[in-house]
Amino acid sequence: MKQTSIYQQSLQQLLADHPYIEDFLTSFGLEVTPGPESLEEYLRGLDLDQLEDLGIDQARLRQSLDDFLTGMLALQEPHDRVDALTIIGGQDKSGQPEALEITLKPGQVICIVGPTGSGKSRLLADIEWVAQGDTPTGRRILINGEVPDSKWRFSTEHKLVAQLSQNMNFVMDLSAEEFIRMHAESRLVPDPEEKVRQILAQANELAGERFTPQTPVTSLSGGQSRALMIADMAFLSKSPIALIDEIENAGIDRKKALDLLVKEEKIILMATHDPILALMGDRRLVIKNGGIAKIIESSQAERINLKQLEELDNRLLALRNRIRAGETLEQL
Amino acid sequence: MRFLTVSGPPSSGKTSVILRVIEALQARQRKIGVVKFDCLLTEDDQRYAQKGVLVQKGLSGALCPDHYFVSNIESCVKWGMEHECEYLISESAGLCNRCSPHINEITAVCVIDNLSGINTPRKIGPMLKSADIVVITKGDIVSQAEREVFASRVKQVNPGAVIMHVNGITGQGAFELTSLFEEASDIATLKGKTLRFSMPSALCSYCLGETRIGEEHQTGNVRKMDI
Repeated sequence: MKQTSIYQQSLQQLLADHPYIEDFLTSFGLEVTPGPESLEEYLRGLDLDQLEDLGIDQARLRQSLDDFLTGMLALQEPHDRVDALTIIGGQDKSGQPEALEITLKPGQVICIVGPTGSGKSRLLADIEWVAQGDTPTGRRILINGEVPDSKWRFSTEHKLVAQLSQNMNFVMDLSAEEFIRMHAESRLVPDPEEKVRQILAQANELAGERFTPQTPVTSLSGGQSRALMIADMAFLSKSPIALIDEIENAGIDRKKALDLLVKEEKIILMATHDPILALMGDRRLVIKNGGIAKIIESSQAERINLKQLEELDNRLLALRNRIRAGETLEQL
Repeated sequence: MRFLTVSGPPSSGKTSVILRVIEALQARQRKIGVVKFDCLLTEDDQRYAQKGVLVQKGLSGALCPDHYFVSNIESCVKWGMEHECEYLISESAGLCNRCSPHINEITAVCVIDNLSGINTPRKIGPMLKSADIVVITKGDIVSQAEREVFASRVKQVNPGAVIMHVNGITGQGAFELTSLFEEASDIATLKGKTLRFSMPSALCSYCLGETRIGEEHQTGNVRKMDI
């Protein structure tokens, strides 16, 4: 729908078709009642003193509404596909060139390894910023083989990257269901209820301990929160790239979590020191002194060892569960 | 001289964000001045001075802080010009949520944090709603989804702004914010400029020092609740 025609429609029609317009107006403290009056007439009828009390004026309100509608219409447009993300090397902290070019594709998992402070975050930030030689590393990022539109940098609707940070706290006082619904609504997904159901079910699959839709997000355990956020990222985030900062020690099924994101055709970049996660990746980027020093392809031998590592991990997990159940470990 | 107004609620991380941006600007050999406005007390000027930045501190004391800001900002800009600053950043807290130090044609930044509550974007007036750049801090403390929900609430009240996430402690995002600071408007004076939004109207008997409560002591611009 054209933006200009929105102004001529009756409030009754508009509020029914686009409830977010009501959200917009009420967020400025304005009251709005559905009726035959058009949006244009409504805006023209607003009292100047009332607007001043609310800290806005006609011109700015209209400008904001225009910008808001543009953003909302953009959110409903199909997303640009990202079929390839290319990192073209710059230089490390000492100015040594990073002579490399790597292309990542949807469905691939790439691990980033290196000591704390080596420059992992800067690499993740270069990708998020779609650097064009304008960051301290001088790296360049191409999307689908081209220099991308700068909209990726600033648009909140079309974010290139969704970042799952190590910290999983919630500060909002909402149940898991209310929280995911609010997120779904902010993304204007077509069937929010179905999405909420899907995400909660999937999160319960990933988490060791079950939680209900009514559980407040603030009382979810570390593992449950992480499971919820991974499911949320898989089903609600349109961002084609997922950056994950460590999934270890979280009490969730990490393999299932990665498989879920891979299935959603995301490019997954994961900073990790965990041998199991590192071997689950297709490749590992080794960061040293601010630069990508090496790229290691997971070898056949490593993949075979992965099985052993997983067995080891399962044994530890079983022991952890026994401790949780109040048993002793006198017999291993 | 590039001049920017940075404002935001107390403890949202304004000073930390500005310090991170300053580090990035200093790496490019830029000369920077900061004017810090506060009410009763601030030691932030020392944090700036430690970075080798020219700093001016203004404490409004018993006066309305934003009125104090607007009566002094022109001389601050003059001071910045005299000291040949390439960047001048003013930092102030919008205490009543109805004030805003933002000036037409001058790049306006508002800093708010993820911990301040989901309804906070709605409660902050022109300081947030008329800013060109909104910096959201403390994103590392909350989940990805919560960051997104908060940013969408900000976007609802200021859909035209560039919204950025910056971590004032690790500096993540500060480099990117700096590139926006470099695009700030270049000015020599504030003469003839106007505020983006009027200040709250005042001047009642309490503005003039009255402390007694009671109808008979109330004169001037007084408004009554419907009870």
